[in-house]
Amino acid sequence: MSVQNINVALIGNPNVGKTSVFNQLTGLNQQVGNYPGITVEKKMGFCKLPHNFKANILDLPGTYSLNASSMDESVVIELLLNKNDKLYPDVALVVTDVENLKRNLLLFTQIKDLEIPTILVINMADRMEQKGITLDIEKLEERLNTKIALVSSRKGLGIEALKELIVTYKTLSCEPCTIVSNIDPEYFKRLHSTFPDQLLYKLWLVITQDVNFLKLERNEIRSTFTRSHSDLKRLQQKETIKRYQFINEVLKEGLQVDASVARDFRSKLDRVLTHKFFGYLIFFAILFLIFQSIFEWSALPMDFIDTTFADLSAVAAEKLPSGILTDLISQGIIPGIGGILIFIPQIAFLFLFISVLEESGYMSRVVFLMDKIMRKFGLSGKSVVPLISGTACAIPAIMATRNIENWKERLITILVTPFTTCSARLPVYAIIIALVIPDKRIFGILNLQGLTLMLLYLLGFGMAILSSYVLNKILKISGKTYFVVEMPNYKMPLFKNVAINVIEKTKAFVYGAGKIILAISIILWFLASYGPGEAFNNAETIVKEKFEAQNLSELELENEIASQKIENSYIGIMGRAIEPVIQPLGYDWKIGIAIISSFAAREVFVGTLATIYSVGGTDNEATIKNKMQEEVNPVTGQKIFNLASGVSLLLFYAFALQCASTLAITKKETNSWRWPIIQLVLMSGFAYVTALIAYQVLH
Amino acid sequence: MRHTIHTMKKGDKAIIKDFDIDLVPLKLLEMGCLPGNNVELLQIAPFGDPLYLDINGSHVAIRIETAREIEVELIEVHL
Repeated sequence: MSVQNINVALIGNPNVGKTSVFNQLTGLNQQVGNYPGITVEKKMGFCKLPHNFKANILDLPGTYSLNASSMDESVVIELLLNKNDKLYPDVALVVTDVENLKRNLLLFTQIKDLEIPTILVINMADRMEQKGITLDIEKLEERLNTKIALVSSRKGLGIEALKELIVTYKTLSCEPCTIVSNIDPEYFKRLHSTFPDQLLYKLWLVITQDVNFLKLERNEIRSTFTRSHSDLKRLQQKETIKRYQFINEVLKEGLQVDASVARDFRSKLDRVLTHKFFGYLIFFAILFLIFQSIFEWSALPMDFIDTTFADLSAVAAEKLPSGILTDLISQGIIPGIGGILIFIPQIAFLFLFISVLEESGYMSRVVFLMDKIMRKFGLSGKSVVPLISGTACAIPAIMATRNIENWKERLITILVTPFTTCSARLPVYAIIIALVIPDKRIFGILNLQGLTLMLLYLLGFGMAILSSYVLNKILKISGKTYFVVEMPNYKMPLFKNVAINVIEKTKAFVYGAGKIILAISIILWFLASYGPGEAFNNAETIVKEKFEAQNLSELELENEIASQKIENSYIGIMGRAIEPVIQPLGYDWKIGIAIISSFAAREVFVGTLATIYSVGGTDNEATIKNKMQEEVNPVTGQKIFNLASGVSLLLFYAFALQCASTLAITKKETNSWRWPIIQLVLMSGFAYVTALIAYQVLH
Repeated sequence: MRHTIHTMKKGDKAIIKDFDIDLVPLKLLEMGCLPGNNVELLQIAPFGDPLYLDINGSHVAIRIETAREIEVELIEVHL
């Protein structure tokens, strides 16, 4: 018998453990990508089923209903309305939380009304006893016209039974649960007579939603059957009431809750975590813990990676036959790769903390705690999530603004999020702090370097808040402010979910940034190894003539030749051209090149310096840090990386919008080039001015 | 006196009576905020806003400006 492939879609409200079910089914057989043309994350996975079946499992974005209010939710509707989509599900699994069954069933009834074969997955079944819940599965299956899988994705229970059930997809009933036309029979009758072949609920969704479906007919449907916004909403309310009536009837027969059994852990924890004093204290303590630990805990593995790659370069240079190719490998590629891999420990820690905060349900409490304060600055409580996850990367953070209902609050959040200290700044900060801030402890416990890093994070947040305040005063946009946030139950974060998340995100970072860094390293190596004209090609003769009288040793002469060469290479010429602009900030032309190349992505800065310093250098064993430490300004004899230039660089990277991807995502999310350009000019202009002032004052 | 979710005290329970559909987001209706359903005020955020509610078994937080629009009938007053 041949293997049969089927499409399975996972659909559900946020916070029902949909992703854990997905992880249980697919393990590490996952692919994370984007839907074409938009930046909504698309998670696919594969799973072997019994009886020679194989499933492509699609984890759709969490949604409360098919009435989309964001791009993520539109993805769900567009897929479910388009039978020709190659991902169109053979069977839909609607995942629900046993404690929120009533609300979760709303979406279930909508999916059923699309007449897709549907299985109801009731998750978190292990909590039933504790919460005093009993279910009459047979009754529920009969009333809802479906098959039910009772699972606990946390404990891995019921997953095999679910797989067995998926295989029987052809026998599932496609009968709808409710009849949408009841809400306005007259109107739907006309609709039906005009489009006799179409499902009424589909037509209804096309009328009420902003989705691309039946592109040709859509205008026709809309023009003939349009209603005022207010009218449509009234009908949607009626629809929602109808659905709840149906759900209540079903649950009256199939669900029993013994409230006396339920132990309420949630309200006790809520009282502490949203307390007017302890709530904030705990929040700031958590932030502090995150930043101290990122610096302290990752130091060891980072040093290890750094020295390993320096050793590797030396070995490659020694063992491989000497020539251009070996130079490229030992001076271009190996330092380039090292420059990427060194960030893994810090990025993994950061994603670890963020995913624990989100998994546990704590993030919603922070939203609740911060909303009133954030609103003073034109932001929403929901802006806290982008601002915190912005510490990992501004790209997903800007995407996370989608659930902010108010456009002005959302726009301001998008514009200021790049100020938060993203993980790409971390390597830049780490190396400069290590060079210019002494490794001392103050008050016995606080590490001065860690403290500096913490200050830089606070500076990022501070600037984000301050600029929101200014933008809030300047921008004249009015709109309805809606704010609805679910407060999910507290959950112990699942190791498997957190681990998969950390691995996936880190992998995406290494591959995504890695490609750019590697390409740039190779280009830089070429530009640094070759040059035009006499000054480069005859470097040896020129240097020998110049120092003829001084009787230099072999080694000194070699170093002079190397620096003559790099100064006259292509990159040296470019660097010296921009030197007048960056000199007032305390940078030499090599740093200038690093700044320009790191416009692609900030983390390229370290890799660029590593490549520039490696080319022509005689000492392959030194780490990047050592090489930077030894750089001396040939004119003044001062170290290049001193306190003044170091602080100036830190401030420059704290404020400048050195990230091409951020510009691209801002353009996508705001649908105009206006906002990314404003973002770039304001941020980088501000960065230049503060870096200039800092250097001139400290110098 | 006209009671709304905004005038409820922490711990109070009420039944949702009526609201202007144009002033309440659809998402909140879908969460269960519909006439006839129960609502309990669980927590008030430190600076008096937003409000943390249990509506028909769903736990949600909304702002005062929305809470003000939703008329309720008190059924149990917290002492």
